[in-house]
Amino acid sequence: MYLKINSLHKNFSTKNGPLVVLKDINMDIEQGEFICAVGASGSGKSTLLRQIAGLDRPSSGEVRVDGKVISGPGPDRGMVFQHYTLYPWMDVQKNTEFGLKLLGVPKKVRREQASYYLSVVGLTQFAKALPKQLSGGMKQRVAIARALASEPKVLLMDEPFGALDIHTKESMHEFMLDLWNRTNITIFMITHDVEEAVFLANRVYALGARPGTVRKEMTIKLPNRNSSVKRHSTFHDYRDELMDLMRQHGKEAVAMA
Amino acid sequence: MTQSPESIQPYLRPNTLRPTVFWRLAEDIPPRLNLAFTVASIGIPLVLWWLVTTLGNVDPKFLPSPGQVIAAFGRLWNSGELLQDTVASLWRVGVGFLMAALLSIPVGVLMGSFASIRALLEPLFGLVRYMPAPAFIPLLILYLGIGEEPKVTLIFIGVFFFNALMVMDTVKFVPKDLIESTFMLGGNRIATLLQVIFPYVLPGILDACRINLAAAWQLVIVSELIAATEGLGRRISVAGRFLKTDEIFVGLIVIGVIGLSFDLLFQYLLRISCKWASQKR
Ligand SMILES: Nc1ncnc2c1ncn2[C@@H]1O[C@H](COP(=O)(O)OP(=O)(O)OP(=O)(O)O)[C@@H](O)[C@H]1O
Ligand SMILES: [Mg+2]
Repeated sequence: MYLKINSLHKNFSTKNGPLVVLKDINMDIEQGEFICAVGASGSGKSTLLRQIAGLDRPSSGEVRVDGKVISGPGPDRGMVFQHYTLYPWMDVQKNTEFGLKLLGVPKKVRREQASYYLSVVGLTQFAKALPKQLSGGMKQRVAIARALASEPKVLLMDEPFGALDIHTKESMHEFMLDLWNRTNITIFMITHDVEEAVFLANRVYALGARPGTVRKEMTIKLPNRNSSVKRHSTFHDYRDELMDLMRQHGKEAVAMA
Repeated sequence: MTQSPESIQPYLRPNTLRPTVFWRLAEDIPPRLNLAFTVASIGIPLVLWWLVTTLGNVDPKFLPSPGQVIAAFGRLWNSGELLQDTVASLWRVGVGFLMAALLSIPVGVLMGSFASIRALLEPLFGLVRYMPAPAFIPLLILYLGIGEEPKVTLIFIGVFFFNALMVMDTVKFVPKDLIESTFMLGGNRIATLLQVIFPYVLPGILDACRINLAAAWQLVIVSELIAATEGLGRRISVAGRFLKTDEIFVGLIVIGVIGLSFDLLFQYLLRISCKWASQKR
């Protein structure tokens, strides 16, 4: 297994005593998979991703990437955050190079690497632009290029397209699938958008809330991955099943509150 | 079901925001108007001053006319005294402020970045900040005599603690996501501090320095009022003793103009070094 999560628990201590956010999460992800984890707001998705990223430590259990236990943040996992995290004083080229600079890659090599990934995300002509001159979708593409430039083993994404309008989002979806086909990188993406998950992922984990647990694991087999597939009955079946699951979770959560 | 609330219809007046030029909120006014207001801001008091001294029958010992002040300026300039005083004051501010800034910027960044260093230093700095720097003058004279050292030290004390705390505050505004992104890209703590936190807060640091330079400029005048052989503050206090009101005015105006020039210089530095931080696209 390439990315492995073993009986991971996460509690936060709050004023009202300990809060169990993640309970006994187990996931096995192969190299080259595109995984989406869906769950309602507050189900602990970001918390889960932070454990994989190593930005936070699990209360118990472990995360392994390529056999190695994760004990802190590092460039073997590329991360794209929910909010825009470009360095505002660097232009797009410098932003994309920055990870390589931190790793001590020589100037010439890192320039070429960054230029390549900027062309992959289709932003070559914006290399000299500052982040504040970019639209939201472009900013996330730069963030993706920046993460990819360090050639990570997995790409972690926390609702990267949550703030985008539906059309921009759709073109980002096509972009992601194209990117995945070309680079064959392992992607672990978090979302609350069920359609997004079914369209992109080859496997979906549905998370239940309070505490966050894996309620269902679903392998997605679609006839194709064009946007026309969204009108296909197979697509609807997957979507409806996940929607029902989340609705059920929602009811349980309300009943418990 | 709960009852539907009382109707608010009677309170709803047709109420669209009317367009305005003068009362624009958080918006620029036309550049021409801006220039006109800027000129008026300095020009009107100047004209008033001129009118009062020429039309009214005012004792020049009490309020000299603009012409008399210009004459006094020429006199002091030609004798070389004004230049000497200005250089003396500038030197004191330059040394005291530079030392304080060079030390307080790294200390402030460290305090803002590391909770441990903050806990270690903030209580002390917070306390000293509330001791007015001029209140240290008797001690400084006692410890350091009446030469240049106590004056420079006074400026140092007056700038260092404020600047460190203000720089510390700017570091608090660095988004946590930006720091965590850097960790994910493989940055260690030192690289994150130097290559992410510092550039991010540089505009804030320049702004803090700009504000504290004004304080330094005030302190040098205060220090010279007490014991000095030269300096702009000294010039004013001597002129006061001999009722040379026109020279007091020269001193005040020179002090103001130099201070304003510093301010504009810092604003300019900020604009050229941190283009990314400006609101405009
Ligand atoms: N540092 C923390 N301390 C205490 N509680 C926390 C902390 N971080 C997260 N939580 C709690 O954990 C729960 C899950 O939060 P998380 O941000 O992981 O949800 P999410 O699924 O990402 O939600 P969203 O879709 O809104 O981003 C929430 O109830 C939140 O209040
Ligand atoms: Mg989240």
